[in-house]
Amino acid sequence: MAEIQIKNVEKWFGSYQALKSIDLTISDQEFMVLLGASGCGKTTLLRIIAGLETASQGEVWINDRRIDHLAPKDRGIAMVFQNYAVFPHLTVFENIGFGLRMQRRPNHEVKARVERNAELMHIEQLLGRYSGELSGGQRQRVAVARALAMEPDVILMDEPLSNLDALLRLEMRAELKGVLAESKTTAIYVTHDQVEAMSLADRISVMHQGRIIQAADPLSVYRDPAERFVGSFIGNPPMNFLPATPEGGGKWRVAGQSYAGPKTDHTALDFAIRPEDLQPSAAGLAAVVKVVEPLGAHVLVTCAIDGQMFRAVLDSDTKLAAGETITLQPNADRIRWFDPQSQVLVR
Amino acid sequence: MSQTDQVFPNARKAGRYLYIATVVFLCAWVLVPLYLLFVNALSSAEAVNSFPKSALPEFDLGSLSFFAKFQGILDALKNSLIVATMTMVMSIAIGAPAGYALSRFEFRGKATFRLLILMTRAFPLPLLALPLAIMFIRTGLDDTALGLAFVHTTLAVPFAVLITFSLFSGIPLELEEAAWTLGCTRLTAFTKVVLPLILPGITASAIFAFVISWNEVFAAAVLTIENRTLTAFLLQNLDTTAIHLKFAGGFILVLPALIFIFAVRKYLFAMWGIANR
Repeated sequence: MAEIQIKNVEKWFGSYQALKSIDLTISDQEFMVLLGASGCGKTTLLRIIAGLETASQGEVWINDRRIDHLAPKDRGIAMVFQNYAVFPHLTVFENIGFGLRMQRRPNHEVKARVERNAELMHIEQLLGRYSGELSGGQRQRVAVARALAMEPDVILMDEPLSNLDALLRLEMRAELKGVLAESKTTAIYVTHDQVEAMSLADRISVMHQGRIIQAADPLSVYRDPAERFVGSFIGNPPMNFLPATPEGGGKWRVAGQSYAGPKTDHTALDFAIRPEDLQPSAAGLAAVVKVVEPLGAHVLVTCAIDGQMFRAVLDSDTKLAAGETITLQPNADRIRWFDPQSQVLVR
Repeated sequence: MSQTDQVFPNARKAGRYLYIATVVFLCAWVLVPLYLLFVNALSSAEAVNSFPKSALPEFDLGSLSFFAKFQGILDALKNSLIVATMTMVMSIAIGAPAGYALSRFEFRGKATFRLLILMTRAFPLPLLALPLAIMFIRTGLDDTALGLAFVHTTLAVPFAVLITFSLFSGIPLELEEAAWTLGCTRLTAFTKVVLPLILPGITASAIFAFVISWNEVFAAAVLTIENRTLTAFLLQNLDTTAIHLKFAGGFILVLPALIFIFAVRKYLFAMWGIANR
């Protein structure tokens, strides 16, 4: 059982506030991804949980035990670093067994656990090698095996795949998901790659400028972004936005078309729709086609609606040319509205 | 070729000749005395005192054996060894933790500290020699190996700190952090992860401190009377002993230093930023 509670954690570096009042609860065996751009505070938060940084204020609890004043080794955590941090002067075997040796475990147990975790990460044939003789992907596997061998309450990962090439990253992502699900460990994973986040997470915490904007399962984050930032950060290509003016009675005018929206008294709203939720139809938003990219699986059309840039993902058989006008009808269920001042989702 | 080169081709050539000439001169400045030392140390007493000298040594061990039998020389050699070893141990014991602190921690006065470390070398030793001698006499450190080792350590510590600082900076903090998450305290992480990786560099730093102490003349001459180091011994007997003895002594002094520095040149180059493949 490893439930993590982060209560009102703040972190200041001098006069710069890296984390602003973070509150988060992570359930046992949950795979939580901290997602955000560089500088949003996700790595700082992970390091505070690990004990490599101290919070300026707030508490961190693991399993009803307050841990924020404990050394990293006393927290029941294991960490995988972005640059792997595989010890160069030890063999792969000694690396994976390092933590176990520090715990003074008997030789047979160390051997059994090292071999088991090496097999799990498909590196059992590399046990006698040194890190200098390994490729990046292999070193990565050693780092993960080393953390798993500890059988920690919580496993922390700081962008472990970001230094791998694209194909390897894809493979490792799938492997990691399988291995971590089997190990039944609570995991906190930091990344800036939203595809990784969507693929691996039970829940995603989208972070921006030191705050957690939204913590929800991937589909909720995708379909119902809590703030405009989440909508534009998640999804490739990102969400489209257009200004909307009220017509009264819950109807809103968007680029000459009328759509049903929130029955609030906002003077303006931002209309948002994802590129894949648009269909060419007889009626709808008038768009001037600028760029057509046939990507094989679908066609990415960049167009202008009311002078604003707009992207649509259309069926791969769509034939369009730059300069043409088309009408795009959004799927009514998928239209979202955001307050232009607060950036918050409005229902 | 730039405009100036086209207009003044001779200037460019002259510049190159000057550069080459300077390099040759500097090499000769160091190598010729070494060569003379080598030739004369390995010649018999007669050959050294004759003129003109032969270019090649006779490989006569007469001078060297005379040197070895000269009264007090072996004691002086022993003292040099003792002081240099003490200096080596103390300068690493003080310098390495300082280097680690400089590389890993941010603290108030860090920049000033680094400057001060270097500035200790700015003090001319002759200025400090008399006050030091008085202080040593008062505290009973006068004419002891330990007292001289203290002075030599002061001379060697700036190098120990700077070399170990660059060594520690070359070890990513991530490695220590990984060790901390795997059950190490700060100290065990240091001994199990950092130390094995910098051991070659620390050895080089230690040898460098040894050589600084081994070569040091002035403080040794001022602060020791009975228990002279080899450098002080030779200086003392400079005007009274025969010339072939001085050559032999110089040879004995220079050779270990040469060997040691040659052995650790890779680390010294790294410190001075020259790639040595």
